[in-house]
Amino acid sequence: MNTILKLNQLTKKFGSLTAVDALTFNIEKGHVYGILGPNGSGKSTTLGMILNVVNPSSGNFEWFQGNLSTHEALKKVGAIIESPNFYPSMSAEDNLKLVCQIKEVDYSRIDMVLDIVDLKDRKKDHFKSYSLGMKQRLAIASALLNNPEILILDEPTNGLDPQGIHQIREIIKRIASEGMTILLASHLLDEVEKVCSHVVVIRKGNMLYSGPVDELNATHGFLELKSEQTEELHTFLNSHEAIDHFEEVDHEVIKAILAHPYEASEINKECFEKGIFLTHLVKRKETLEEQFLKLTKNQ
Amino acid sequence: MKRLFLIEFHKLKNNKAAKILSLIYFILFSAIALFSSIKFTFGSVDFRLADQGIFNFPYIWHFNSYFVAFLKLFLAVVIVSMVSSEYTNRTLKQNLIDGLSKKEFILSKFYGVLAFALASTLLLFIVSLVLGLIFSDYDEFSIIFSDLEYIGAYFLKLVGFFSMCLFFGILLRRSAFALGFLFLLWIFEGIVQLFINFQAESLEFIIQFLPLQSMSNLIIEPMTRLGIVKSTASQLNSEFTKTYDVEWSAVLIVLAWSFIFIYSSWKLLKKRDL
Repeated sequence: MNTILKLNQLTKKFGSLTAVDALTFNIEKGHVYGILGPNGSGKSTTLGMILNVVNPSSGNFEWFQGNLSTHEALKKVGAIIESPNFYPSMSAEDNLKLVCQIKEVDYSRIDMVLDIVDLKDRKKDHFKSYSLGMKQRLAIASALLNNPEILILDEPTNGLDPQGIHQIREIIKRIASEGMTILLASHLLDEVEKVCSHVVVIRKGNMLYSGPVDELNATHGFLELKSEQTEELHTFLNSHEAIDHFEEVDHEVIKAILAHPYEASEINKECFEKGIFLTHLVKRKETLEEQFLKLTKNQ
Repeated sequence: MKRLFLIEFHKLKNNKAAKILSLIYFILFSAIALFSSIKFTFGSVDFRLADQGIFNFPYIWHFNSYFVAFLKLFLAVVIVSMVSSEYTNRTLKQNLIDGLSKKEFILSKFYGVLAFALASTLLLFIVSLVLGLIFSDYDEFSIIFSDLEYIGAYFLKLVGFFSMCLFFGILLRRSAFALGFLFLLWIFEGIVQLFINFQAESLEFIIQFLPLQSMSNLIIEPMTRLGIVKSTASQLNSEFTKTYDVEWSAVLIVLAWSFIFIYSSWKLLKKRDL
């Protein structure tokens, strides 16, 4: 495995408040990670530490197997934190040139990244004349300048209008599909669900879960069923080995939790053979939101 | 080093306020020199500053480097704002995220300071040389290029002063606070000096170590050195002697302050969460 970033017992205290408590996880190449957590859970502080702007209280982290100093490693990283920060009186192009000088990359990629975020026409305009959506897109362009090994995005859609949110998401999806490693911090679950393969769940500075999205809780999904023949359906589900338990949720819709992976079509076939006719059958996984709420509630 | 300087230069080049203030500074600089060469007529008396011997080599090096030094306040504003704006625009944070280390950040600012001091010194040299060549009574090569240590002292004075501005900018993060703090320090040093002079003369040696005072000690006032003043003074008091040389102790103290300011800026930034 190609480890890009390794966090080891990383901790940050602000006075008596422990903002990040002994966080340990790895970021592997090629995955899209989501850091999930409510506001104030320590996501931004964690990113601040690995990005050299916040000093850890204890613990450590290493980039690229520890072969580089943090600031050298950051030249191979693309990151945007919270709000887009640029020099207001510089044009977009000049701002990107400055980033090129800091990251020691050639100016030749400037037009290319501006093209990705659709800002090429406005590149001569002052940064301060940009709308928030454009600023955020410029920030993404800037993060892509060095063709980074990993792209770190902290709340990239914060404060944007629906159209802006959509644009940013499309850009992220496109970049993700090209195989870039991405670390996305957000409190918006559907945002993470749409693009991430792995999640790290944090609450009050503590890590609750780290791993693939699918295994966030170890269920195999559930079925929603409905039939006129309620009695028969109950008997059938009671005796079925793949059904862990079931409950009636509303309007005679039954939610049956699966004990192991099982296809809806099989259930449908078996019901039909027993003479039960279903009027409603859906197989679903719990949404990330449901899983997340369950996870954070358990603690 | 080149990379860090180019980064700072790129920032300054695209900063309107910095450009305008620097321009005003350099125009004022030249204007003052020109002004002194204008002939004033008071009734029947023609008066021209340039004719009073102030532009004689090598005296001109001393005179000019002393009198244009107050203009450094203009550049101080530029230095302070180029640091504090990095905080207010949060671009400092972005610079670090992009892969600049905190040390590199301070160094790039310090190179900016050096560049300003150097440009200013160069201008002083050229303007003085031109004025001297026009008005000086002496124009032997060896006389023209004697006493050049004042130019060096001027450079060091600016480096020390700008380093202090840089430090205040890093420390206080707001231009207005940093400049206000500079003013407070000036008043504070004045009070300390008054106190020592009147209440505790045995502590007099401390005065030369005060940061602003040490910078001003680099170039001692040149007025009493001027021919007319000197002859008047020696008539009144035959033992009128004063050294006008650039003192090594002053040079060392200012060098030490510059180092302390830059080093503490780095330490301060390193300790801070942004």
